[in-house]
Amino acid sequence: MTIDIEFKLREMKSKLADLRELADSSSLNLEEAITQLEEAIARQEKEIYQNLSPWQKVQLARHKERPTTLDYISLIFDDFVELHGDRRFKDDSAIVGGLALLGNRSVTVIGHQKGRDLNERLRRNFGMPHPEGYRKALRLMKQAEKFGRPIICFIDTPGAYCGIGSEERGQGQAIAENLMEMSTLAVPIISVIIGEGGSGGALALGVADRVLMLKHAVYSVISPEGFASILWKDASRAAEAAGVMKLTAQDLLELNVIDRIVEEREGAHRRKKEVALRLRRIFASYLQELCAKDPQDLLTERYDKYRRIGPGKTPAPDKASVM
Amino acid sequence: MIANLLPKTKYTVLPMEPVNKPDLETKKPEIPDGLFVKCPGCLRAHYIIELEAASNVCPNCHHHFRLGARERINTLVDPDSFTELDADLLSSDPLQFPGYAAKLSDLAEKCSEPEGVVTGLALIHDHQLALGVMEPGFMMGSMGEVVGEKLTKLVETATERKLPVVIVTASGGARMQEGIISLMQMAKTSAALARHSRAGLLYIPVLTDPTTGGVTASFAMLGDIILAEPGALIGFAGPRVIEQTIKQKLPEGFQRAEFLLEQGFVDHIVARTELREFLAKLLKFHSCCGRNSCDSGASRDNRVETKKT
Repeated sequence: MTIDIEFKLREMKSKLADLRELADSSSLNLEEAITQLEEAIARQEKEIYQNLSPWQKVQLARHKERPTTLDYISLIFDDFVELHGDRRFKDDSAIVGGLALLGNRSVTVIGHQKGRDLNERLRRNFGMPHPEGYRKALRLMKQAEKFGRPIICFIDTPGAYCGIGSEERGQGQAIAENLMEMSTLAVPIISVIIGEGGSGGALALGVADRVLMLKHAVYSVISPEGFASILWKDASRAAEAAGVMKLTAQDLLELNVIDRIVEEREGAHRRKKEVALRLRRIFASYLQELCAKDPQDLLTERYDKYRRIGPGKTPAPDKASVM
Repeated sequence: MIANLLPKTKYTVLPMEPVNKPDLETKKPEIPDGLFVKCPGCLRAHYIIELEAASNVCPNCHHHFRLGARERINTLVDPDSFTELDADLLSSDPLQFPGYAAKLSDLAEKCSEPEGVVTGLALIHDHQLALGVMEPGFMMGSMGEVVGEKLTKLVETATERKLPVVIVTASGGARMQEGIISLMQMAKTSAALARHSRAGLLYIPVLTDPTTGGVTASFAMLGDIILAEPGALIGFAGPRVIEQTIKQKLPEGFQRAEFLLEQGFVDHIVARTELREFLAKLLKFHSCCGRNSCDSGASRDNRVETKKT
């Protein structure tokens, strides 16, 4: 699937293909025209991806070709061994996790996994975890703490799954426990939102020392559709909702919810290796910085980072009460 | 006040759908003119003043109507022992959300509370505690930055003073108009509770109708001992969202307090009329032994200190 923002681009590209075919099959010299069109396409591409609306970013974050956690793991890390199961109920494949090597540093990697084709997406419940997924994540995080390994989390989920089984097994309790435990895990934690950061289901892997976000990823309290449906009783106003929700990386950096935006130029699906390499470099430098910290300082800074968000306001005392 | 006592010729009959029409369950200010309210449990009509005197519990079938934060505090704590904290904290409208500031000031005039939670220090049977009570009448007790900040401060104060924390939850979840800032309150409150817990201190959430969304996925589920009121709706996703997702009706009693008890997520279901005594008992268990024990003498000293502030 190509999303509608790329419509004009596709038109230009098919024209380019036509031109090339014509050049091959005839004796016409079309080189100049071809070069011009190629340049125009590059300009167009750049322009589109520099001026995406929040709703277009939502669509891009959900793009079916957008790289998944496992794509990044294989591109970023030097070795990876997946570990399975929460030891309580089952293995939830909407969350993957395991051991990885970044250079010569051993890390624990955990992330939502949406799936790359329909079969995998169905098997992985479109990256919407059940409680056992969050419990698996917590098991691996505790294990990381035991062995003094830093933790890297990839966030990419529409949200925690809403169903009978997930309620029966305590979806709220599982997420809550992750939030609480992550705030006191004595190893560095880095989280990166690579696609959709959907609500509590995303935050359950997102309490970290450094929170990164790909330039066209989104992160919000609820999906734009859910937001429009709750506030305006009309899910079809999702595009409008995206506009006021402040869910883009640029908005969230300004609100101090994230620490850094990771450039992805014309979309991570077109720049897979480039983005992976960039993430690798950023992880390495953050890990060097964070691993050097005293664990107690690390935890104090992590606490303060969240403590500062949303202080509210106290009305200024009016003159009468001052007097 | 006087108008409420005058005899009327017309009585309002209220429909009785507890889940879909939550406003009708809470008393003032939603039913300013009604003298009677029909119980969704047994369908009997009750004189509102009598119902209020019974802490909003149906005298016939014990259905628990929603209860405002102030009334709840009065039913729980020792007389005159409540010292409120951060009473004047208000939302800064962090997203500058269109129309939200106006809505907040409008609600501040209409509602008995200016935000979704009341916090403070209090005594229950002479045991000092930090108490937070959510207000279902204010935007359905939704959690924005004020709810998150007041509860975080309460828990921090409790950690500093080595006090147990009790939070009575009643919330539809995150405050939509505060978006991502609402979501972050889940992390903030949970982190404060982690510190409180690591200090060896007791935390008891009391889940009342409704406790859903971001509150369930944070401080509501992090108690050492978790209590719930009979029949309370408790869940991560609301029943309507689940029905839309799975495209089928949910079974009777799904996500009610009794269901959570059966599933192992709640320690006890306690009737409202017995909650004060039950909490006193639990506080007593934790005051006579363990690393943060304090004798009754210390408890009395604390009381003096509270009254001064």
